Amino acid sequence: MPTYKFLIHTKNNDPRRAGYLRDAHALGFHHLQSIIVQDLYFIEGQLLQEELQKLSLKLLTDPVTQSATWMELPTPLSPPKPDTVILEVALRPGVTDPVAEQIVRAAHELNLHGVHRAATGQRFILQFDSSVSVRESVTESVVKSLLANNVIQHWIIGEITPSFPEEIESSGTVETIPIRSLTTDELLALSKERRAALDLPEMQAVQNYFLKEQRDPTDVEFETIAQTWSEHCVHKTFKARVTIDNGQQTVVDSLIKTYLKSATDEINAPWVISAFVDNAGIIDFDDEFEISFKAETHNHPSAVEPFGGANTGVGGVIRDVIGVSAKPIANTDVLCFGPQNLDPSLLPEGVLHPRRIQSGVVAGVQDYGNKIGIPTVNGAILYDEGYTANPLVFCGCVGIAPKGKHRKNPQVSDRVVVLGGRTGRDGLRGATFSSMTMDAQTGEVSGASVQIGDPITEKGLIDVIVRARDLGLYNDITDCGAGGLSSAVGEMASTIGCDVDLAHVHLKYPGLAPWEIWLSEAQERMVLAVSPKNIPALQTLCDTFDTELTDIGEITGKGRLVVRHAESVVVNMDNDFLHEGIPQRQLKAVISNQLPVASDMVNRQSSIVNVRETLLALLSSPNIASKAHVIRIYDHEVQGGTVVKPLTGVEADAPSDAAVIKPIGTKGLKGIVLSNGINPEYGKRDAYQMAWSVMDEAIRNAVAVGADPERIAVLDNFCWGDPLRPETLGTLVEACRGCHDASVFFGTPFISGKDSLNNEYLGVDGQRHAIPPTLLISAIGIIHDVNTAITMDLKETDNFIYLVGDFSTEQKSVPSVPTSAPQVYRALHKAITSRLIRSAHDLSEGGLAVAAAEMCIGGRLGMELNIEPSSLVTEVNGCLLVEVTPANVSAFEAVFANLPFTNIGKVTQHPFLDIRLSVSISVTDLVHAFNNPTHL
Amino acid sequence: MKPKALILQAHGSNRDLDVMDALTLAGADPTGIPLNELRMNNALLRSFNLLVLPGGFSYADALGAGKLLALDLASYFADEITAFVDSGKPVIGICNGFQALVKSGILPGNNVIARRALSPTKQSPANDEIDSGYRPRNDSVTLTFNAQGHFECRWVNLKPISQKCVWTKGLSDVIECPIAHGEGNFQTNHQLQITNLQSLDQIALTYIHADGSSANGEYPVNPNGSVLDIAGICNPQGNVLGLMPHPENHIYPWQHPLHTRGETSGSGLKLFENGVKYASQL
Repeated sequence: MPTYKFLIHTKNNDPRRAGYLRDAHALGFHHLQSIIVQDLYFIEGQLLQEELQKLSLKLLTDPVTQSATWMELPTPLSPPKPDTVILEVALRPGVTDPVAEQIVRAAHELNLHGVHRAATGQRFILQFDSSVSVRESVTESVVKSLLANNVIQHWIIGEITPSFPEEIESSGTVETIPIRSLTTDELLALSKERRAALDLPEMQAVQNYFLKEQRDPTDVEFETIAQTWSEHCVHKTFKARVTIDNGQQTVVDSLIKTYLKSATDEINAPWVISAFVDNAGIIDFDDEFEISFKAETHNHPSAVEPFGGANTGVGGVIRDVIGVSAKPIANTDVLCFGPQNLDPSLLPEGVLHPRRIQSGVVAGVQDYGNKIGIPTVNGAILYDEGYTANPLVFCGCVGIAPKGKHRKNPQVSDRVVVLGGRTGRDGLRGATFSSMTMDAQTGEVSGASVQIGDPITEKGLIDVIVRARDLGLYNDITDCGAGGLSSAVGEMASTIGCDVDLAHVHLKYPGLAPWEIWLSEAQERMVLAVSPKNIPALQTLCDTFDTELTDIGEITGKGRLVVRHAESVVVNMDNDFLHEGIPQRQLKAVISNQLPVASDMVNRQSSIVNVRETLLALLSSPNIASKAHVIRIYDHEVQGGTVVKPLTGVEADAPSDAAVIKPIGTKGLKGIVLSNGINPEYGKRDAYQMAWSVMDEAIRNAVAVGADPERIAVLDNFCWGDPLRPETLGTLVEACRGCHDASVFFGTPFISGKDSLNNEYLGVDGQRHAIPPTLLISAIGIIHDVNTAITMDLKETDNFIYLVGDFSTEQKSVPSVPTSAPQVYRALHKAITSRLIRSAHDLSEGGLAVAAAEMCIGGRLGMELNIEPSSLVTEVNGCLLVEVTPANVSAFEAVFANLPFTNIGKVTQHPFLDIRLSVSISVTDLVHAFNNPTHL
Repeated sequence: MKPKALILQAHGSNRDLDVMDALTLAGADPTGIPLNELRMNNALLRSFNLLVLPGGFSYADALGAGKLLALDLASYFADEITAFVDSGKPVIGICNGFQALVKSGILPGNNVIARRALSPTKQSPANDEIDSGYRPRNDSVTLTFNAQGHFECRWVNLKPISQKCVWTKGLSDVIECPIAHGEGNFQTNHQLQITNLQSLDQIALTYIHADGSSANGEYPVNPNGSVLDIAGICNPQGNVLGLMPHPENHIYPWQHPLHTRGETSGSGLKLFENGVKYASQL
């Protein structure tokens, strides 16, 4: 069958050209003069010339801005002009290509039934200045660092052939793995060979089980165990028995039980509905609704394929919220990258440049969140050299559901139903992949581990499931994440048992072996347990929202996981073994003193002689400077509930402390507050104090916009290095202990959490590149009346500026949390709800000076501060700046009686930040510094 | 009786509930109907007084924003929508809905070929194409990629212009509301088309400075590079409005970005009230 190639020409200015060229120059390719990009469409089918023309005009081009040429492949390639190189890029077979799927569907809608298959690609025309002699080799570097990614794409100088998945017959092949006869060395070799990431005691437990069963496992069974027992799915480090050696030996039996769940139990808040049991944590909202919150990471996939990794990270956490029967209403994202201006020659081999990673990750977050229609309202971006090879991508999602509608109780003879996307070879072994240290080869061998998301299919899932929930059509629901059906079905049937047939699963293309179907991490799928009588109603809903429903088997009540592929049984295992049979890991931790001296803090202190330069430099430093260029490409307004937006102030360019959301469809005045705390710099110095600090920061930020401090819950996300190294595990233990102590201290419970370990990169130099110990605390709070929300921008001239909280200038490696903090926050909340405060902003990175400067930027007003310059940039916890009108001074001070507060200045019409009348910086200069980051 | 509004929920609509909220506040009785449901009963449209194509990413914007939804409109609803528009009932397409209206030729709607292309044909599609000389439904205006080259979400100020458009007629106050799009750059390849839009009073809304002065193409006041700062246009009859910004996201005071400073002016609700009032008088 012939294949036609359509080349799309843009008539006018194509904004992509400037973007590519800017990136190329930033990566050091200064000899490039232009990069032209043209879309390619490959259409396979028997088509007449008229039909090809119709395709071009009706489907493939915008007649006002584009034109197309087409030819049957192979096409004669005319030699390129001097100094130019033409190259073409296409997706690898099996990589999700939603546009290609739409071309086929829409062509049929246009009655062009001859269109059989489609694929997409891009042509790049690189023009060099004439000084470049070896253009081919430079082109290769440009492609590798900017234009294509081997993980999901292939490319060629000249003309590419489209990549249709090869059609081979479904293999149905099942191997038997002779595990019973293996020696210990051979067991470890097997684990490594199949990338199972199981250690010796775990492999021996598998061996013992099959010795008892008197047979060897199938490959499907072995892979199922590897997934179910992966760090990603079972959190074995957090459940391990840890022996701590710090002079004397102490034992912690499960970090999660000892430090995280226990804090929630001790606090025992009546408004916590579900903590640590379901896909997301759930708290009370009002009489009618409950809200759920979950944050996950997608670090390893984002390192090798930034767009797809972040894209599917967002999609994955949204499914967690759908998995508690909730409608997603807000997204958060916190991103950690290497320095954007890193010299490309210093990049470890096999690692993408941080600039490329950031642009891909941000585009991936944008694509999924915007298209599915969930506002991205809170987040942060941090830069540290430690994230160069291991970027961190934290994706959070908030959902809302009517109370009492979420069911989690599968019944015997319920049908096991898969909803949503089809299954391909996407993301095989993602769960074990994310549990392993990466090496320079990872990008190539684990190519299948990264996928591209399809947000519109997931939107269909939301539409179906929200309605099915209200109609009571299902008894249990869970999402397909890492481990695919093996995790989802396995978890659903973990106490009751099921019998499913993989031959029923709808595939994207034929040829998948049973283990591939069972483990595929194809996106946008949910698994439901549905009473047979409800199947027709669910099917009707699915038809309405273009969502596929596949019945793959039933809940049996026999306590065993039985999986078939047509005639043959490929899995038949005892649930107890699969879900309880993993031996508890025995780990060793060493707790040593981390960095005692904060060198940069001391530096800041000594350089404070020039307040002006210090402050302006801080404002334009990567971690503090404006993130507007990222925030603005996320839709933060969809669903109409964004009360406090991520950027605020008269010019909407100042950073909010937290977001406030009033969910659409709720009655009353209540809202949700979202904030976060994260500080890798503190993580390097003292993990225990870091945990306190980031808890305090998240709570402080939420209270600053109006959250009730007694109604805040938090999520933990730990990103650490290899826990098998006792020093690394030691800092993890300390961070967990800090979480516990701070949680109980504030009365702020954890409701869910997640860990991503092994964030290390073994470079070809043989050295380990590990990330700083990084803990993200994501806070969700309640504001009782959204009309009382406040923002951080200065409001009116002559108002007073107060510093509230214990402002200690004592030098420590990590500032401690003052004991007064909870009382200060309660007083602040009382003052906010009594409308005594016009603006509030928390002191965090960059200290008081940066907080004051940002308030000036927000209000485009000046401020006079009467404070020692030496304490201006000291970082502290538990403190905020607040703005109070003269009329409210006495009422405000009464609320803060017996608590630390100081009147330190006032708002001025004169647009300058004046400090002790000795330093004066114009607001214009502050704005300029903040909006022009030095690293971009 | 409250006018009945149909909100067409396409595969990928996502501001459907937002606009239903706005219509309810404006005095209408809105119903969200999934596109597949309407396909099964086209005639349903006739029982409604007002039609809304809401914002979103129908078909993920594959092959150009609004393009595949426009194809659906022509494939499945050509008769009914043509009749609805011709009857003078108010229609509004917001963001993705605007893109679909433009790419289907319903807007600007002053192109004879466009109207013919949208009307149904019993002939085979290939013949239909030959008959219309391969002219696309609308080959003179489009909504293309923002001049900045990326999606953008920010609040803008809109000036209601058209006195023919039933949605903007009589409005004089600036409307403040967010945009959230990547393909909102209104462009044409015929100067004549712009002259037509002006002379027929089809320019419904333009981006302006907060003080009311012209944006003059200046970013970010004009956030996407649209010619003449056009944010929305109507058809020659004035009953069909398409616009990129989201007035449905400014219907409550607390949605205004400066509400904590006491500023809550520029509600988008009056645009919907205008359309609903018009529908109720028909």
